[in-house]
Amino acid sequence: MSRVITYAQALNEALAYCMEKDDSVFVMGEDVGRYGGIFQVTAGLQERFGVDRIMDTPISEAAFVGGAVGAAMTGMRPVVEIMFIDFITVAMDMVVNQMAKMHFMFGGRAKVPMVLRVNIGAGRGTAAQHSQSFHAIFQHIPGIKIAMPSTPYDAKGMLIEAIQDDNPVLFVEHKKIYIDKGEVPEEAYTVPLGKAKVVRPGKDITVVATLNMVAKALAVAEEMAGKGVDMEVIDLRSLCPLDREAVLASVRKTGTLITADEGCHTGNMGGELAATVAEQALDSLKAPIVRVSGPDTPVAFSPPLEQAFIPSEQDLKDAVNRVLEYL
Amino acid sequence: MDIPSKTVRELYRTMVVIRAFEEKVQDLYARGHIPGLAHLYIGEEAIAAGVCANLGDRDYITSTHRGHGHVIAKGALLKPMMAELYGKETGYCKGKGGSMHIADVNLGILGANGIAGGGLPIAVGAGLSCKMKYPGQVTVCFFGDASSNNGTFHESLNFAAVHKLPVIFVCENNGFGISVSQKQHQAIVDISVRAAGYNMPGITVDGNDVLSVYLSSAEAIERARQGEGPTLLEYKTYRWRGHHEGDPNQGGRYRTKEDIQAWVENCPIKRLEAYLTKNKVMTKKQMQAVWDEVEKEIDDSIEFAEQSPFPPLEEMFQDVLA
Ligand SMILES: Cc1ncc(C[n+]2csc(CCOP(=O)(O)OP(=O)(O)O)c2C)c(N)n1
Repeated sequence: MSRVITYAQALNEALAYCMEKDDSVFVMGEDVGRYGGIFQVTAGLQERFGVDRIMDTPISEAAFVGGAVGAAMTGMRPVVEIMFIDFITVAMDMVVNQMAKMHFMFGGRAKVPMVLRVNIGAGRGTAAQHSQSFHAIFQHIPGIKIAMPSTPYDAKGMLIEAIQDDNPVLFVEHKKIYIDKGEVPEEAYTVPLGKAKVVRPGKDITVVATLNMVAKALAVAEEMAGKGVDMEVIDLRSLCPLDREAVLASVRKTGTLITADEGCHTGNMGGELAATVAEQALDSLKAPIVRVSGPDTPVAFSPPLEQAFIPSEQDLKDAVNRVLEYL
Repeated sequence: MDIPSKTVRELYRTMVVIRAFEEKVQDLYARGHIPGLAHLYIGEEAIAAGVCANLGDRDYITSTHRGHGHVIAKGALLKPMMAELYGKETGYCKGKGGSMHIADVNLGILGANGIAGGGLPIAVGAGLSCKMKYPGQVTVCFFGDASSNNGTFHESLNFAAVHKLPVIFVCENNGFGISVSQKQHQAIVDISVRAAGYNMPGITVDGNDVLSVYLSSAEAIERARQGEGPTLLEYKTYRWRGHHEGDPNQGGRYRTKEDIQAWVENCPIKRLEAYLTKNKVMTKKQMQAVWDEVEKEIDDSIEFAEQSPFPPLEEMFQDVLA
């Protein structure tokens, strides 16, 4: 049975289900216990599963991310909450040189089945050290799956999938959508990692979006439909595995590509998709590829500057209009 | 050592400025005038005031996400501070940093910091500058009990000790890192014991007694000025408000009302007021005059902040690279 719950609640249900089912699953991070996590994703779980399985850690990202690597190699399935993606930098050795490398370096003889939950995004007035969207950095590191659910439905299904996956998964959430609501089944289900989803089929223009850019792309698509432009909106859902096929199929159909992601422009996931299309479907392009992204600057505190940082529906419309000039 | 009356009066004024400023911020934040996050220092004023009273303009500090008190005590002006909290162009960081990132390098303020434990290595670096270029100058590094679990704490203390750097590590132990109590986040009671691991002096002091804070830090700072190396100072205190404004019931989810009340009664300002009266350093009337004067200064800073413009949009592309 489906009912309407928030993105945070959907994640909470996924955690509860996995912990219920498998006693090797446990959660650790700062303030995940009685406090329920600063975005309330772990609310109520400590009462249910106890302090050892919903564990408040000291401020020691290197120790608890590295600790998760060690626990995962020895039979546990840790889920780690990093309060803001910005703080993962404190544990970068553990992520890049340890978590992502063990399976390969040891000739496939060790597995690291863990999930690192992080959130990205500006818009809460928290300035340059709490607002970054540098998830694309991890796309450059082989050995990590990267999940980016944009709806409560996908949040639940992809988190269950991620916890059950035998690989390390960076699970990227967006802090502005935790309270967004959507239909979510009560029972457990999984959504595969690495499969993009066509959330709105269309024949004229392809938009590939992530996280909260998906809703903006859908809104623009509705508006453009009124003007006779039929947009296809794809929710990329994972950065690794990267569903190049889904993107290429759409580009071959529409002859266009707009990418939309909140990360800074240079090194944005859009660059990788653009390169993929240039390599494999250049001859189907009818217009230049346009990347909608954050600008190449840190996020400022001042509200008007912060708002200007966040890629908007207007930025998407400008991109669509630019493409339309060629069609 | 006797503290001169003039100094005691200055300590009082500094604490009053911090308290009054933050009470205003609390109110402005509640009314939606200040965006973002506000981590208030109310209840902990004696530490910033007592420590910074021993510093000159050329000494350095590194601060934390709970930094308003540190930067005020180090001499920051209220107008650009308030303007920064509003995100205005006239703020200390042109509105680009906000509450968590106030800095004024000319005053030796190397920045409040949004990363727990991020300031400790920076303080080590400033200590290196002092040792290599400005003998006699020191760096004070503020951080919380929970931040002392970050690897940067251990790496920084070790580095500073090996090189006898003039860095004074000031741990403000308010008993919590957000919702996690000290008991839950470390197996020791006094964080000062960690100094032994790095062969530097470590002491624990009542952080709500500004005179003890002043004297203990004076000694550590003097040692550093003489080239005798770092000290770890731990000041026990409490934050009256929640972790940030917006933390329900002043942190009621993880603390009892009774605990909060007991610490409110142990107010560092009230304690100093009792001392001032008893020792006839100031009359009640003189104290009231300080509050009135300070309130006026803060009101002026609010007016200044409200009337200042937001930075122009192009500003977001300035200062990315020097
Ligand atoms: C590296 C890092 N991890 C986590 C956080 C989130 N965080 C901000 S403040 C804080 C608690 C800090 O506690 P403490 O150091 O005792 O200082 P206090 O807030 O008590 O003044 C946490 C966990 C952070 N800012 N940086």
